[in-house]
Amino acid sequence: MDINLPALFGQLLIGLINGSFYALLSLGLAVIFGMLNIINFAHGAQYMMGAFAAYFLLQYAGLNYWWALILAPVIVGGIGIVIERAFLQWLYKLDHLYGLLLTFGLALIIQGLFRQQYGSSGLPYQIPPQLTGVRDLGFTFLPNYRAWVVCFSLAVCLGTWYMIEKTRLGAYLRAATENPTLVRAFGINVPRMITLTYGFGVGLAALAGVMAAPIYAVNPTMGADIIIVVFAVVVIGGMGSIMGAIVTGFGLGVVEGLTKYFFPEASNTVIFVIMVIVLVTRPAGLFGRVA
Amino acid sequence: MLDRTFGPLLEINDLHAWYGESHILHGATLNVNAGEVVTLLGRNGAGKTTTMKSVMGIVGKRTGSVKFEGRELINLPSDAIARAGLAFCPEERGIFASLDVEENLMLPPQVRPGGLTREQIFELFPNLRERLKSQGTKLSGGEQQMLAIGRILRTGARLLLLDEPTEGLAPVIIQQIGNTIRKLKEQGFTILLVEQNFRFASTVADRYYIMEHGKIVEQFANSELNKKLETLHEYLGV
Ligand SMILES: Nc1ncnc2c1ncn2[C@@H]1O[C@H](COP(=O)(O)OP(=O)(O)OP(=O)(O)O)[C@@H](O)[C@H]1O
Ligand SMILES: [Mg+2]
Repeated sequence: MDINLPALFGQLLIGLINGSFYALLSLGLAVIFGMLNIINFAHGAQYMMGAFAAYFLLQYAGLNYWWALILAPVIVGGIGIVIERAFLQWLYKLDHLYGLLLTFGLALIIQGLFRQQYGSSGLPYQIPPQLTGVRDLGFTFLPNYRAWVVCFSLAVCLGTWYMIEKTRLGAYLRAATENPTLVRAFGINVPRMITLTYGFGVGLAALAGVMAAPIYAVNPTMGADIIIVVFAVVVIGGMGSIMGAIVTGFGLGVVEGLTKYFFPEASNTVIFVIMVIVLVTRPAGLFGRVA
Repeated sequence: MLDRTFGPLLEINDLHAWYGESHILHGATLNVNAGEVVTLLGRNGAGKTTTMKSVMGIVGKRTGSVKFEGRELINLPSDAIARAGLAFCPEERGIFASLDVEENLMLPPQVRPGGLTREQIFELFPNLRERLKSQGTKLSGGEQQMLAIGRILRTGARLLLLDEPTEGLAPVIIQQIGNTIRKLKEQGFTILLVEQNFRFASTVADRYYIMEHGKIVEQFANSELNKKLETLHEYLGV
């Protein structure tokens, strides 16, 4: 088989881009699940809200992409905090299923409201002028914005991993995941930590949404489209492992890209095929701890 | 350092506690004075651990009164109770598997000035220094117990609640923990100790309470120990 290098590289790059979003989103899910014991089905809607926040900030406040990168996660994370205080905090002692159902309901409501208001054709969002253009790599062209998305996502993912695995704050988070009662009895305000963790996880989704806006356009259903794949990624990686979420996210994006090149017919299903294989052979996921 | 104008440092009055529907403590009353080592004895299931958890605010429902330095704690959440200056070392030790030894040691935040320094903790428990980068739960049982005690000495808490620190440990380790408790007492710590191991308790305690069915049924000082052996035998079967 002849390898068409530019085409292969193009698919690989698309895979990496998708992988960046898979990684950011599954990382947020893993952080939330670890601390709250809740499978946050509203994650896709919150990703979409991040993209809309960027759009609104530009339309109504004249604040550009770079502002949105900072403000959208803060705003949407803040909404997440309200959701946690109002709804989720009552569910922690119940089975995972209740959190999943509640956040699923929230996702449908949020998505419905946005669709009602903005229809389902996408709203355009421009690539920031600093990142337009392409770089000639000799064998192919690399759009600057896409390179930025991959690098920045990777940096955010690794930064989050470092914070959780290597810092004192992260030690609190890990300890509270294991035994919240004892951590609280040491004098740490665990409920507040849980609230902020949810806000942070939601903020990561919103950040992914801002980065996605110039690539996929701003659309009420953009979250619903991606979240199913992200849940498959999470199942494959294993719930609750931070590095697992990152590696699996990028890895599966690349696998998807390669499949598009070598066997395009399977590119939409390859992740789900892998999910089935993993579920059968290693139910806790590739990086999951067996409970 | 220790203000005695408050009366007892810890004053527990008519304490009731429940796990869900089951009523476990039925009006326990006991005091701990500043600088004392007080031991709570009792058979399995008497409610000793529940008493400690109730003081720390980690039992579902509790009523009555728990005063520390004269301040009522009964309605406070457990993080506020800890910040009042109490520290708890649980029976199951509660070493975190996802933290290394150093992280475990440094986890409890300072609630007051005047806790031991890391160096002072390593002097008490030299084993810990050698194992700082090991996973917390990879330590031996004895080392885990040292870590569980060591980490609450940093916080500045002056009242330590130690739940069966000798459980399941070899005699030489038990001896080391006994020495540690005596040293801590010399340094001005106040300790409420739960023990099954009466022989060990008698080497460190100033006073004893005996608990049965969620109530205090007997109390005596260490000096009365010989007179009370019969009673002890009756309640504890020792
Ligand atoms: N989480 C719980 N839920 C329901 N009941 C409990 C719980 N923990 C303890 N109990 C019950 O409360 C009673 C007192 O238990 P507690 O642990 O306080 O006893 P203890 O005196 O510490 O015993 P041991 O010496 O075995 O540690 C026991 O009958 C026990 O079965
Ligand atoms: Mg006990």
